[in-house]
Amino acid sequence: MAERMLLMLSVNGTEITREVPVRLTLADFLRHELALTGTHLGCEHGVCGACTVLVDGRTARSCLMLAVQADGAAVQTVEGMAVDGKLTPLQQAFVEHHGLQCGFCTPGVLATLTELLETIPDPSEADVREWLSGNICRCTGYQGIVDAALAAAKAIREGAAGE
Amino acid sequence: MSWVGSRVKRVEDPALLKGEGRFVDDIHLPGMLLAAVVRSPFAHARIAGIDASAALAIPGVHAVVTHADLPEAFRQPLPLLVPNPAIRYPVMQHVLAKDAVHFVGEAIALVLADDRYIAEDGVDLVVVDYEPLPAASDFRKAAAAGAPAAHAGRADNIAAEFAVGYGEADQAFARAAHIFKEELFQHRGAAHPMECRAMLAHQDTLTGTLTIWANTQAPHQLRDVYCRMTGAADDRVRVIAPNTGGGFGSKVQTYPEHIATAAAALLTKLPVKYIEDRREHFLSTHQERDQLWTVEIAVDGDGKVLGVRGSLMHDSGAYLPWGVITPFISATTMPGPYVIPAYRMKVTCVFTNKVATTPVRGAGRPQAAFAMERLMDRVARELGLDPAEVRRRNYVPADRMPYAVGLTFRDGSPVVYDSGDYPACQQLALDRAGYDGFRAEQASVRAEGRYLGIGIGSYIEGTGLGPFEGATVQVTPGGQILARVGSSDQGQGHRTMFAQIVADRLGVGPDKVTVTVGDSGGVAYGIGTFASRVAVNAGSSAHVAAGKVREKAIKIASHLLEAAEEDLDLGDGRVFVKGVPAVGKTLGEIAAFANGMPGFSMPAGITVGLEDTSYFTPQRSTYANGCHVAVVEVDVETGGVKILRYVTAHDCGTIINTMMVEGQVAGGVVHGIGNALFEWMRYDDDGQPLTVNFGEYLLPLATETPCIEQAHMQTPTPLNPLGVKGAGEGGTIPAAAAIAGAIDDALRPFGVKITQVPVTPEYLLDLIHKKS
Ligand code: FES
Ligand code: FES
Repeated sequence: MAERMLLMLSVNGTEITREVPVRLTLADFLRHELALTGTHLGCEHGVCGACTVLVDGRTARSCLMLAVQADGAAVQTVEGMAVDGKLTPLQQAFVEHHGLQCGFCTPGVLATLTELLETIPDPSEADVREWLSGNICRCTGYQGIVDAALAAAKAIREGAAGE
Repeated sequence: MSWVGSRVKRVEDPALLKGEGRFVDDIHLPGMLLAAVVRSPFAHARIAGIDASAALAIPGVHAVVTHADLPEAFRQPLPLLVPNPAIRYPVMQHVLAKDAVHFVGEAIALVLADDRYIAEDGVDLVVVDYEPLPAASDFRKAAAAGAPAAHAGRADNIAAEFAVGYGEADQAFARAAHIFKEELFQHRGAAHPMECRAMLAHQDTLTGTLTIWANTQAPHQLRDVYCRMTGAADDRVRVIAPNTGGGFGSKVQTYPEHIATAAAALLTKLPVKYIEDRREHFLSTHQERDQLWTVEIAVDGDGKVLGVRGSLMHDSGAYLPWGVITPFISATTMPGPYVIPAYRMKVTCVFTNKVATTPVRGAGRPQAAFAMERLMDRVARELGLDPAEVRRRNYVPADRMPYAVGLTFRDGSPVVYDSGDYPACQQLALDRAGYDGFRAEQASVRAEGRYLGIGIGSYIEGTGLGPFEGATVQVTPGGQILARVGSSDQGQGHRTMFAQIVADRLGVGPDKVTVTVGDSGGVAYGIGTFASRVAVNAGSSAHVAAGKVREKAIKIASHLLEAAEEDLDLGDGRVFVKGVPAVGKTLGEIAAFANGMPGFSMPAGITVGLEDTSYFTPQRSTYANGCHVAVVEVDVETGGVKILRYVTAHDCGTIINTMMVEGQVAGGVVHGIGNALFEWMRYDDDGQPLTVNFGEYLLPLATETPCIEQAHMQTPTPLNPLGVKGAGEGGTIPAAAAIAGAIDDALRPFGVKITQVPVTPEYLLDLIHKKS
């Protein structure tokens, strides 16, 4: 019954061509067609931010976006962050600063903070909280996430300066 | 060194950070069907008929399962697990609605299809013939005589009535210098873990074993309920809780959907998965919701409490899946950290046509703390005393520990505060907050037209409730150290915690201990993750089991090395001769010996396997305590409240992992901030929910949340070998009370007195304008 369309995109650097139902969301495409289950769904109505991924480097709610809308785009999910299994400075800061508990909101939070740190390399606590306001976390009270983001910004700046 | 007490990094984190967690919806089985649920749009209606033919005609829809389609064992209500003589009508929900529905969202049928999109198409086409009935919505009206019955045919909506207390309350009031009375309306909303409910059931046709993957806080309980209903043997049913995205109470209960999903798997002989969406979570996952407290306090001329009495009305919702536990906890927590010589609380539980209420983080205690702390603030205000001073005059002094309150707790044991120093804990919080310096700051900014206020919330929390939790610790011949614990983890970091405990006993690093949690197949019996009980119960079991393994390893090594046990020590995964570390046996070698050699008898006195299973059974709850201080600024133009500072001092006994305890406290406080300022599950007069998404129901965001400044005290409890008390809920308990106190303080020039939560801007503006 559902109309189908051909979709070509890159996900975490891999070119993918699939025919998908037009009504399939990007989140469900990633999770159920590509088995990239790191992207989570917390509300499916665009508020919680758990499903946030990077589409052409900008954050997008994959629950509110159809897979076919990502045609031609480069999508990055949480699975595409660590290189050869090694955590990025941002991910490592989450380990050090207890930036996650259940980890359900985490992939979306990481996507948001990736964009933040690219936009504002030296964010204030208020910047971090403002950027995080589109990601709901029920476990951490945001404290560990904010600490991790600030620490990661510092680590990345120092890493860049050291290069 | 000891791993218990260290800030050990979590073993859970790397996989979760790489997107390699395994949540229920991440599991995909061949041939799996996806379920969507037909739910009642009416709060109260009779079902005259169901026509599923149009849904069944959709390509990809495999079946529609209604009450009538269920095997007989499933055509019954779920069992009431916690009966209580106070319950007048023990009404429980059917697996799928039989002939009537009693709240919006009640499950009526499952549509099973190739994918969830098709299943949802099917839901739209299932035609249910409803005959709507008058609904009981607001519990205050529902309690009155002549109100519409929540369950047709019942004479009234009173689900249960009981009273708790001790001492001569009326006599205390008769001789009091002052009596103050408050009516407090409290709303708590829902737990809202970021992952909604999720379940996947599959019966292996070869073995007949039914496996249910569910993000449950109580895998054994789910198994036991299933077995009790169907007569299945325990070992034919296995419940596994994989990674779970938070719970906060909402995932403790065995829900009708769990049993219905299992039934659908049996009927179709295929794996069936059901993933709840957020709207359904708003409708059908238990909440905690409304309580109305009418309370009075009697004090002498110095503000010392002589007695407290009153009544508490509790919205039970349509069914009683957890009996009267929540209001019972509320009523027995009311005396709090204070010496209250006489106490009496009458409790009325009211049926309404809304989803059932069961404990959410804090479990009735935040309401009790709010009621008691509001009374303390009132006494301070009326007698012209500092709120900190009034509390100081009434705290149970440290030298009266253990302190028997005079009440009986929900587990039937006396309420006895086992340990703690409440006045010192308050002082710690006040010092950290700079309480004494605040008045000057408050006065100076008030001159600029800004309204700052400070508030205090003290609490105690009965944690670590029994009856038990189990743990198996095993060493394999390959030298792996395994720990299996029955209780499940929803993000607290239990695997890390158990690894720390076991590592200490076996002289290895926590990275050498592989922990499995949340599998009913791993440990025979279990209760669940709630009531801040896992560290106390399962933690102690792991400690004891690992200790037994240690003893056994030394005993066997003594046999192998022909050395006396006293001459042996254990460290770095080996048992060795003291002073001669080169002479020893690794734990793996010892385990290989304990596993025996084919055809050879075991040496006398040595039992099989280097392993032990322990079930620690605490004699009663252990009481954690704490004191919070909130500093707020109120915008008197908009009614907006901004939390400027939030300080906690708390005592949960021995801390196993400071980092994780701080995470629990911070998350708990922010949940409490939600209750204080934002979260309100609203219904209209017909029982229609009005807040069914995160735009209508507000959770605290990073921008509304301050840094949570924490101080710790550690008074080990004598009630378990680790000295630990629960830490998961304390953060939530006094938050609304502290914030309400701070708002009152900020708005003292207006004479505002907060008597309800959440404190919305509308409510606050109303108070400001009425008073000014
Ligand atoms: S799942 Fe997309 S915003 Fe919540
Ligand atoms: S870590 Fe659980 S929701 Fe954020």
